[in-house]
Amino acid sequence: MGMDRREFIRLAGLSALLGLGGKGAFEIVRPGLALAGFEPAPKALEGKRWAMVVNMQKLDEATAAKCVEACHRVHNVPDFKNPPDAKLQLPPEIVSRHEIKWIWTEHFHNAFVEEQPMEKVQHLPFLLLCNHCNNPPCVRVCPTKATFQREDGIVMMDMHRCIGCRFCMAGCPYSARSFNWRDPRPYVAQVYPGYPTREIGVVEKCTFCAERLAQGLMPACVEASRGALVFGDLADEKSQVSATLKKYFTIRRKTHLGTNPQVYYIV
Amino acid sequence: MAGNGYKNEFGVFGERPKVPKKLYDAKYVIGGLIVFFVIASFTLWPNLGKTIPAPQPKLETPVILKLKEADRKCVLPKAEIRATHMQMLVDWRETVVRSKEKGAVNGREFVAPDGKKYLASLTNTCMDCHSNKAEFCDTCHNYAAVTPNCWGCHLETGKKLAEAK
Amino acid sequence: MLEKALVGTKRYYTLLAILAGIFALGFLFYLKQLNVGLGITGMGRDVSWGFYIAQFTYLVGVAASAVMVVLPYYLHNYKAFGRVTILGEFLAVAAVTMCVTFVLVDMGRPDRVFNVFKYPTPNSVMFWDIIVLNGYLLLNILIGWNVLECERHSVPPPKWVKFLIYVSIPWAVSIHTVTAFLYAGLPGRGYWLTAIMAPRFLSSAFAAGPSLLVLLCLIVRKYTKFDPGREQIQSLGKIVTYATLINVFFFFCEVFTVFYSQIPDHLLHFKYLFAGIDGKARLVPFMWISIVGMTITALCLTNPAFRKNENTLALLCGMVIITTWIDKGLGLMTGGFVPNPLEKVTEYWPTVPEAVITLGVWALGFLVLSLLYKVAVSIKEEVQA
Repeated sequence: MGMDRREFIRLAGLSALLGLGGKGAFEIVRPGLALAGFEPAPKALEGKRWAMVVNMQKLDEATAAKCVEACHRVHNVPDFKNPPDAKLQLPPEIVSRHEIKWIWTEHFHNAFVEEQPMEKVQHLPFLLLCNHCNNPPCVRVCPTKATFQREDGIVMMDMHRCIGCRFCMAGCPYSARSFNWRDPRPYVAQVYPGYPTREIGVVEKCTFCAERLAQGLMPACVEASRGALVFGDLADEKSQVSATLKKYFTIRRKTHLGTNPQVYYIV
Repeated sequence: MAGNGYKNEFGVFGERPKVPKKLYDAKYVIGGLIVFFVIASFTLWPNLGKTIPAPQPKLETPVILKLKEADRKCVLPKAEIRATHMQMLVDWRETVVRSKEKGAVNGREFVAPDGKKYLASLTNTCMDCHSNKAEFCDTCHNYAAVTPNCWGCHLETGKKLAEAK
Repeated sequence: MLEKALVGTKRYYTLLAILAGIFALGFLFYLKQLNVGLGITGMGRDVSWGFYIAQFTYLVGVAASAVMVVLPYYLHNYKAFGRVTILGEFLAVAAVTMCVTFVLVDMGRPDRVFNVFKYPTPNSVMFWDIIVLNGYLLLNILIGWNVLECERHSVPPPKWVKFLIYVSIPWAVSIHTVTAFLYAGLPGRGYWLTAIMAPRFLSSAFAAGPSLLVLLCLIVRKYTKFDPGREQIQSLGKIVTYATLINVFFFFCEVFTVFYSQIPDHLLHFKYLFAGIDGKARLVPFMWISIVGMTITALCLTNPAFRKNENTLALLCGMVIITTWIDKGLGLMTGGFVPNPLEKVTEYWPTVPEAVITLGVWALGFLVLSLLYKVAVSIKEEVQA
């Protein structure tokens, strides 16, 4: 009698594990292509701590809507409320549940929940977006570093690595993140060719237009805001954003949580 | 685990009845193996006897035709790009998307071995010249039964980011 | 020993067939979910975790309760539990299998699950959760299987199994703690941001798990020739009693802190769950049933007469399971997300596909449980003979 059943199973199992594990180990250990052949684009904007100031004294409903439209257009954010094809119409609760928004407007008492409602600012259209916190809880909880903090302060999204666990959505105190609950492509009316769309199952959010900064352009919302949004490098004493913060009193959302958000509001 | 007193549901090991060694139930074993091989290979049956021609990717796109003969080269030499474009695109992706991550290589411009600089982007650089995905990319990919998962997100036609407003 | 799972009575085969059928139905709906996206569930931008993660959270508790039978037997030589440790360990295996499956089913990109191993992130609690859960699964499979096999051959288990058993005791506490830490460290979610989250998880686990074990022991006694033992069931009943009392006490601690300090960030979530906000009160009846039911059950369990009568004990254990499930399976998740960080109320209710997939995963767990219990019980019957 050769080997008995138990030994056979042991051997087969170990071989299978080695075979599968070997491939995996090879993937992890294998030398990659030389990555040294990369450099920043010539016109790229460089900064050490990007920040944004939203000047509510200059922002009205129409301009805010333009900012939202600009951002969503250049990032191919789907619009479930007004689909390009009547057949794709969705019931209203699905529209609100599956909504994807990178930047949007809210009233004061929703944007700043710890403050008492104030007559002066109650009806202003506060533009809310990812705050690119200096101490981001979403980055702390991501199990794959699909969302990570860059050296220039931007909290970036790697859609290729995201496993769709939505822990970052639970971690964000500002409700700034959206998930692709369905295929977004049919709901992008006008595809912007310079930026990809997303697939189902990944989280997305504002990235301070990192791809535009790398080409020397300002974020889309800043360009559309007609001066109401000021964007720049807070670490640079001479930048417009530093000057604005020196000149005006600003408030930020939920500062008591220790996230150190970098979107400031002039009210 | 031999011999003395090891017991399982078939009895004590050393006391099992001696049965002559031969292939029992030969009909079922051989028959089953034949059925298995037929089923396992059935995807090959429809192509028996046919010659599938090698893929002929078409390089003639408006952008490429506008270039001078001497300028018609890809970011890497032809043999290298053909063999390694999959890994190169993954490296581009990791570098561009994760640029400025702590400890990462920074930059979005790829410096080719011949010194020329290209924006590292599938849609904006590769698809700019090769704007005919169906006649270029897909011919080889279909032949090799490969489905790269880039196209679920990345668009097939691109314009340089700065031009598109 | 696995061959023991393949032969049984007609009733056994019918049970397996029904469970397999429900699992197959759930699997079909899951294929639809893979195709269409997680949008076929009731989750949305505001309530981004729902039924699946809630079940996962509840079952982590059930899984850890194996330690409640292992600890007295191996650490304190409470000989009586020797009969039921295998039942506890196999229940843990089935429960952790369900946990892992629920996590997979909830993921937006399950095809990328290996990214968690390719890019390990020690600062993420989820990374640790995956490690400890899979570790616990492996531990219980190894321990349970080996101890059972040794019992069959009437030999003592080898030393390394003893070592693994000692490891499994703090490990069981860790799977809970780590799962509770998923919630308890998020600054934006006031309902979950409490130090008492992990202790609450432990107390409700040690109430729900042994309750389920009591019911399973009664079923095993009724339908097989193996009797887990009256004393064992009574001991489990005592554990359930104390755990449920502590669970109710922890809940009242939470209520006091929240309602006495009156900080809106924490208060609003309790208000939504127990009174509703702006007329949106879908969970209110469930939460009241849960807390009132749990309190009454806890008080009834303190009466030894109710525990001694195995029928009332079974009823009370069933109540514990139901009330703790509502608390963790419905209340915890939705309460954390409603109202959202902008203090808006978006209600959540599972959809039909979501419910069917959930049932399918539960069926998978019970299928694994049935197969493993059949093996364990058959070996016990064989040894008895």
